[in-house]
Amino acid sequence: MGEPISITIDQQTVQAAAGSTILEAARQAGIHIPTICYHDYCTANGLCRICVVDVEGSRTLQPACVVQVQDGMVIHTRTERVIRSRRTILEMLASSVNLSEAPEIQDLFNQYHSDASRFPDAEPRHPAVIDDNPMYIRDYAKCILCWRCVQVCAEDAQFTFAINFSGRGYETQISTFYEIPMPESTCVFCGQCVGVCPTGALKPKRQWLLEMGYTPDEIMSLTRSQRQRRKRREEISQNPA
Amino acid sequence: MLKADKVVPTTCPYCGVGCNLELHVRDDFIFKVTSPFNSVVNHGNLCVKGRFGYDFIYNKDRITVPLIRKQPQKPGQRTQAFDRSEWREVSWEEALEYTADRLVEIYQRDGSKAMAVYCCAKATNEDNYLLQKFFRAVFRTNNVDHCTRLCHAASVVALQMAIGSAAMSNTAAEVKDCDVFILTGSNPTENHPIIALQMKAAVEKHGAKLIVVDPRRIEMVNYASLYLPIRPGSDVPVFSAMAHVILKENLYNLRFIEERTENFEAFASSMEKFTPEFAEQISGVDRQLIIQAARMYATARNGAIFWALGIPESTHGTANALSLINLALLTGHVGRKGTGLNPLRGQNNVQGASDSGAMPWHYPGYQAVDIEENARRWEEAWHIEPGGLNRQRGLTTTEILAAVHPGGVRALYIMGENPMMSEPNLNHTRKKMQELEFLVAQDLFINESGAFADVFLPAASWAEKDGTFTNTDRRVQRVRQVIYPRGQSRPDWQIICDLAKRVESRLNRPNSAYWDYNHPSEVLEEMGRCVPDYAGIRYERIEEMGLQTPVPTLDHPGTPYLYSERFPRGRAKFHALEYVPNAEMPDEDYPLVLSTGRVLEHWHGGTLTRHSWMDDLFPEALMDIHPADAARLGIKDGSPVRVTSRRGAIVLRAKVTTKTNIGVVFIPFHFREAAANLLTTDAVDPQAKIPEYKAAVVRVTPASEEELAADIDSQPRGRY
Amino acid sequence: MADLDLSPLLQRLEGYRPLGRTALLPALHDAQNIYGYIPQPAAEAIGRALNVPLADVYGVIEFYSLFYSQPIGKTVIHVCNDPACALAGSETLFKQIRFQQEMVSPNGPPSSLTIEMAPCLGLCEHAPAILVQGQPVARANRQSWQDLVSGKGERPSSVLGGTVSILTANCGLGHTVELSEYLDLGGYQALRKALNTPSRHIIEEIKAAGLVGRGGAAFPTGVKWESAANAPGDIKYVVCNADEAEPGTFKDRVLMEDDPHSILEGIIIAGYAVGAKKGYIYIRGEYLLPYEAMKKAVEDAREAGFLGNNILDSDFTFDIEIRRGAGAYICGEETALFESIEGKRGFPRLKPPFPTTHGLFGKPTVINNVETLANVPVIIRKGAAHYRKLGTPKSPGSKLFCLSGDVVRPGLYEVPFGVPFHHLLYDLAGGVRPGHHFQAALFGGAAGAFATQDHLNVRLTFEDLKEAGLPLGSGVITVFDETRDLRDICLRLARFFAEESCGKCYPCQMGTQRQLEVMERIARGDVRQEDWQRLQDVGWTMTDSSLCGLGQTAASAILSAMKHFPHLFQPA
Repeated sequence: MGEPISITIDQQTVQAAAGSTILEAARQAGIHIPTICYHDYCTANGLCRICVVDVEGSRTLQPACVVQVQDGMVIHTRTERVIRSRRTILEMLASSVNLSEAPEIQDLFNQYHSDASRFPDAEPRHPAVIDDNPMYIRDYAKCILCWRCVQVCAEDAQFTFAINFSGRGYETQISTFYEIPMPESTCVFCGQCVGVCPTGALKPKRQWLLEMGYTPDEIMSLTRSQRQRRKRREEISQNPA
Repeated sequence: MLKADKVVPTTCPYCGVGCNLELHVRDDFIFKVTSPFNSVVNHGNLCVKGRFGYDFIYNKDRITVPLIRKQPQKPGQRTQAFDRSEWREVSWEEALEYTADRLVEIYQRDGSKAMAVYCCAKATNEDNYLLQKFFRAVFRTNNVDHCTRLCHAASVVALQMAIGSAAMSNTAAEVKDCDVFILTGSNPTENHPIIALQMKAAVEKHGAKLIVVDPRRIEMVNYASLYLPIRPGSDVPVFSAMAHVILKENLYNLRFIEERTENFEAFASSMEKFTPEFAEQISGVDRQLIIQAARMYATARNGAIFWALGIPESTHGTANALSLINLALLTGHVGRKGTGLNPLRGQNNVQGASDSGAMPWHYPGYQAVDIEENARRWEEAWHIEPGGLNRQRGLTTTEILAAVHPGGVRALYIMGENPMMSEPNLNHTRKKMQELEFLVAQDLFINESGAFADVFLPAASWAEKDGTFTNTDRRVQRVRQVIYPRGQSRPDWQIICDLAKRVESRLNRPNSAYWDYNHPSEVLEEMGRCVPDYAGIRYERIEEMGLQTPVPTLDHPGTPYLYSERFPRGRAKFHALEYVPNAEMPDEDYPLVLSTGRVLEHWHGGTLTRHSWMDDLFPEALMDIHPADAARLGIKDGSPVRVTSRRGAIVLRAKVTTKTNIGVVFIPFHFREAAANLLTTDAVDPQAKIPEYKAAVVRVTPASEEELAADIDSQPRGRY
Repeated sequence: MADLDLSPLLQRLEGYRPLGRTALLPALHDAQNIYGYIPQPAAEAIGRALNVPLADVYGVIEFYSLFYSQPIGKTVIHVCNDPACALAGSETLFKQIRFQQEMVSPNGPPSSLTIEMAPCLGLCEHAPAILVQGQPVARANRQSWQDLVSGKGERPSSVLGGTVSILTANCGLGHTVELSEYLDLGGYQALRKALNTPSRHIIEEIKAAGLVGRGGAAFPTGVKWESAANAPGDIKYVVCNADEAEPGTFKDRVLMEDDPHSILEGIIIAGYAVGAKKGYIYIRGEYLLPYEAMKKAVEDAREAGFLGNNILDSDFTFDIEIRRGAGAYICGEETALFESIEGKRGFPRLKPPFPTTHGLFGKPTVINNVETLANVPVIIRKGAAHYRKLGTPKSPGSKLFCLSGDVVRPGLYEVPFGVPFHHLLYDLAGGVRPGHHFQAALFGGAAGAFATQDHLNVRLTFEDLKEAGLPLGSGVITVFDETRDLRDICLRLARFFAEESCGKCYPCQMGTQRQLEVMERIARGDVRQEDWQRLQDVGWTMTDSSLCGLGQTAASAILSAMKHFPHLFQPA
C-alpha cells in the first residue's frame, strides 16, 4: 500500500491508499458494494461480477474487488448499467442453483428487486448430493462456482489439490480426479472448503443429518460398524443368494 | 437451513498449534466447527481433527457415571475391565469417598513415595496446576509427571542446558519471515497441519528455502530445496558435520559467538572429527548434501530450525537437540524474528502442563523443587508449614512405572493419559500396571489404562468446561464451556478440588491448601502470583486473543519471540558432542529399524479419535515399508505382516510406499489391535529419561489374514 | 483397465518430464493418440510425471472438448454445426450419417464410430464440412457414407480471390510452399534485413506502417511490441495466436497450410524486435493439417539456420515450439491461450496486468494473430511507406476476408482496405446464390453483428465499419439470403457461446445458457412479450460485465439482430 491518492466514488471525494482496490476504498469510505465470490482471505478472481461499478473512461463495468484505484478515478457504484448487471446476475443465479442456504445472496435479491422466476425456460443445475465420506457432503445443486473451495484446497491454504473442475461453461462442476470418491483422492478432510462455502453446498455431515431430521442420538449411532452392518443387510436383501 | 442456538469461540483440543475454533451448537449438540478467519494462530484454517474430530464427546461408549470395579483388585493380579458389566455405577459421593479412603490408607501406611500422578497435556492449565498442587501439597510428593516425558523431554533438557528455557523461541507463523529453515524429525503435514500450511506458504509464496532432514520421505520433502534422508539416529553426526563445514569455511557468526555465547572452543574442537565423510558413513547422506545444507543455513539472512519428536525420542535425544542448538548459536540464528530454535510441541497443552508444574523436578514456572527458596515460596502460597513440601526431585513417567513394587509406588492417579498405549515396551508396562495397589482413572472413556483402575471418575470434555491451554508458541488461550457436561461427568478441576478436600480432612491438616474456587480463572490467578511468566494473564485479557508468555505484568503485551537481548542463563552455552549409536542397531535377526509416530487422522493412544468418525477415515494400523524392502520380503501392498522385536510382536497390514526409506519401517501407535509400543524399547536418554521410540530394530515377515485382529473389516484407504 | 499398457506413454513422458506442467496438453494429446481416449491410469501417470495435481489433470481433460475421459469410437467424425455449414445442410448431413450408421449396425452404434456435432471447423468455404479423424472433408453431403468413414472424402483446396495478393502471394498454389520454394520467392529476406537493423528501428517501422492486429481487437502492433520490448526482464516470449475458431473464419488456416514460412518469418522478426528467445505457435486442435504444415516448416527452418543459435550468423538466438489446442474457442483469447500453454484450463485472466508485461509464464509477451505476423515480412522487406500505399491512412495495407454462406464463390479474398462491401460481395464473390437476394450478412463471426441492405455500400475499413456499428473482427462475412430465418442463425450463435463459455465469470457462464434457452423457444416460434427485455438484460449484462472478450461479445450478434430485425423477437 502506497501513498494516499484521491478518487471520487458516487460524487464523494475519497482518500485511498495507492494499490488498494475499489472495494477496499469504498469500504473505507462507508460505501457498500455487494460481493458474492469475494472472500477476505481468498485470492480475488472477479468471477461473480456482482461488485461491478462504472468507472469513467472504461468501456465495460469494472469489478471492484480486483481493480485498483488510480489517482483521479471517478467511480459510480449505482448507475443504471450497474443495477441491471447486478439484478440480472442475481436472477440468473436464482434460476441456476438452489440459494435456499445463502441468506446473504437472498438479501441482495430484495435490495435489487430481483425476480427469482425471471427465466422460466431455465434448466437449473441439480446434480445429486455426493455423500462419499464421513466428514462432509457435497450438494452441488447449491454450488455457485465461487471457486473458494478449489482455491483453499490449493494455494490459498491447504496445498492439497484434491478438487478442480469437471465440465465447462454452465456445466462446470467442482470435481475430484475422474470423480473418484473423496477418500480415494488427495483430500485430507481439513474442511477448509466447508469453511469458505457461502451457500451450504459443502456441509459437515452431522449438520446435514441433523437437518434431515435425525436426532443427535441417532446420528451418533451411525457408527462405522452399524453402517456396515446395514449395508450388508441391504446387500443380502438385494441378492438373497 | 439449521440455525445455531449459539456459536462459542474456544481452542482446539488436539495438537500444539492451538487453533481457534467456533463451535456451533443446536440443542446442546455441536453440529459444526468453524474458525475465525482473523485468528492470528490459524487464519480460519483447521485440520480434520479440529474441524470434524470432536464427536467423541457424544460417543455411546463414553463414561458419564462414576464407576467402581465390582471385583476388588489385588496387586499382581490386577485385570483390565473394558466391559461395563465389570463395573458398578456409583454416586459421586461414594466414588470420591472411596478414592479418598484408599489414597489416604496407602499414604498413611507408606508415605509420600508411594503416591504418584500422571497429569495430562490434554487438560487445561488449571486442571494440571490443581492436580500437581494436590499431590505436592497434600501427599507431599514430587512424583508428578505427564507425557512431555515421552515427547520433548530431551529438547527441554537440552534447551535448559544451553539457553536456560525450554519453549519455542519464536512464533510458528514467523516461518514466512525466514529465508532458510531446517525441518527435522518432524512431519508437520500430519502432526502440526496448520504449521505445515504456513511452511508451505513460506516456500511457495515468500521464497523461503526448506531443508528437510528426516529418515522418512515426508510430504514436506516436496517443498524442500534439499532433502537429507538420514538413517535413524544419525542426527548428531549430520548436524555436527554441518557445524564442521560452517567452522571450516568461516561461515559462522563471530560477533554473536563472542557477545552472547560461551564454551565455543571446547565445542569447536569436538566438531573436528565430524567431517562430512564421517557423517556420510554413519547417516548414509551424500556428503555434498550436508555441505550444501550447511552453506545454505549459515549464509541465510534469517535461518530457523523446526523440530519435533524425531530429535528427542532417542537414547541420545539430548545430544540430538544440542547439535541443533549448536548450529543456531554458531550462526547467530536466534533472537530475531524469523529465526530461532523451535521444538514443535505435540499436545494442545503440553507447554501449559509443563508451565503449570506437571513435572517431577519443577514447581510451576520451572522452579526447581530442590531449591529451598522455591519450596518456601510455594509453601507460603499453599499455606503449608515451612519444610512441609518435599525437596526431592520426583520420579519421571517411566520411573514411576518402574518403581511400582512393594516399598515403591503403590497408588497411581491417572488424569487423561493412557500409558498402556503410550509407554514403550508395553508388555513391561502391563506387568507394572498389574502390580499397582490402587489405580484411579479420570477420563472420558475406559481406555487400555483405565481398564486396570479400581475407580473411574468421569470427566467433562474440553467443550464442557472453562479453562486455558498454552499452545506451542506459548500463547495462552481460552477454552470455553459450550455444552453441559454429558451425564454426571464433571470438569477435572472440580473433581480434583472435591477429592483434595476429602483427603485433607482425613489427614487432619491444620490449614487447607485452598480448594474453594468458584471458577478456573481464580486458579490461573493463583498460579500467576508465583509464576512471573503468567503474572500478567487474566481471563478478561484473553477473551478475544491469547497472550504469549512471558506476560510479567497486567499491561504487558506478551512476547512473540524470545532472547532478543539475552538468554535466560545469560550467555548461551555451546556443548561438545560425541557420536553415540542407538541402543539397538540392526542385525541379522532384526534387520529393519522401526520408527513410530502419528497419522493425521488419529491422536496418540486413540482414546478420543478412535471413538470418533475419524476412525472411519483411518480404521486400522498400517505399516509403511519401502517397495524395495517389501519386494525382498515378499510383501504386497495391503497384505498382513508380522512385526517382531526383542520385546513383542504385532500383526497388521503393510502399506508399500516410498514415504519411508529403505531399511526403515513406520508404524503409528494409535491402534490397540496392533500397538506399536509392544515393539519399542524402554532404553532411555540418560539425561532426559525419554525412551527411544524412533529406533527399535524389528523383523518383518508375511502373515495370514486370520492373524489380523478380528474386528477389522475395512480396507485401507487409498492415498494419492 | 487393469491390463492397460502404460509403457508407450511412459516412454513419451520421459521427454516431457523436465518441462513440467507446460507439457500437459502435449502429453494428453499423446495419451489420446495411443489409447483413443485418456484412461484414468494414463492421466494419473501424466500427472505424476509432470508434477501436476491429479484433480487438475482431470480439470484440464474436462475443459477441452477434444479430450475424452471415456472410451470413444475408433473413428471420430465431427460435423460442423455453425452458420455457414448449417446453411449448406449440415444438420441433414449429421442425421444421414447417423442413419447410415444405424443401418449398418441396427443394434446401436458400433463402438468403432463416434459422431459428434462440432463448432465451426474453419472450413466454411467448403460447407458442409466434416472432420474424419481430424482430416477435413469438403462438401461432405455430396459423398457416400462409405467414402466418408473410410477417409476417402474430398480434400478441400484453397479458394482464393481478391484484387491484390500480398499476404496470399504464395497461397493457392495447390500445395504447401516448401522452404526452398519460399526462398526462391524472396523468403527470409525480410529477416536478413531485420537482423542487420537495430531492433528499435524494426518496431518504429511497424509503427510507421500502421499495422494493427488482425485477430479482431485491432490493437496497434508496433505499440504492443514496444511495450514488451521496454518491459523489464530477460525472458520474453512471442506467441503466434493460431487458435482460429471464430465461426466463419478460415484465413489463418489457409495461410498456415499454404505459406507457413511467411508466418515463421514474421514471428522470428517479432522475437528479434522485442528481445525474445522463444516463440510459441498455438494452433487450434481441429487444425491438424495446418499443424503438420507449420511443424514441418519449423523443422525445415531450424535445419536451415533460420531458427536456433546465432540465426544467419547474427548474435540473435531464437526458437519456436508449436502447441496444439484441444477444442476450446476461449483459448483464442490471449490470456486463456497462455493458460493453455502453461498446461491449465483455458480460463482468461484478469487484465491488467497485460501480456506485454505479464504474459506467458508471467513474462513480457507479444501475442499476435497469424495474419498480423504475415504482414510483418511484407512491411520489413518493402518498408512502411510502400506498405501504406494500399488501404486508407487509418487502415493501411490489405486485408483478408473470409466469405461464406449464401454466396456464389465462397472463399478467401484479399483486398486493399477501403473497397466497398458490395464490391467484395458482388464483383469478386459473384453475389448471392442464384435466384436469391441479399438479406443480411454477419460481420465478425459469432462475436460480430449483422449488416443489412443498408450496409452494402460501406467501405471495408476499421473507421468506416466502426461508424456503421459493424465489427471488422477477423474479417468474417457470412451472407444470408432472403430465405434464411435469422432466428435460427441466432440460435446457433447462442448455442455456440453456451458450448464455448469457459464458465469462469457469472455473466457469461449463466448468460450464454439463459440466452440459448430463450433463443431455443423463440426459434421454435414461441415468442413471448417478456423475451425482448430478457434478452436485452442478459445481453447487456454479458456485454457490460463479463470478464473477457468472449463474454463481452456473446450477445452482440443477437443484440444487433434485435436492432435490425426487431419483429423476429416479438410475439406475432
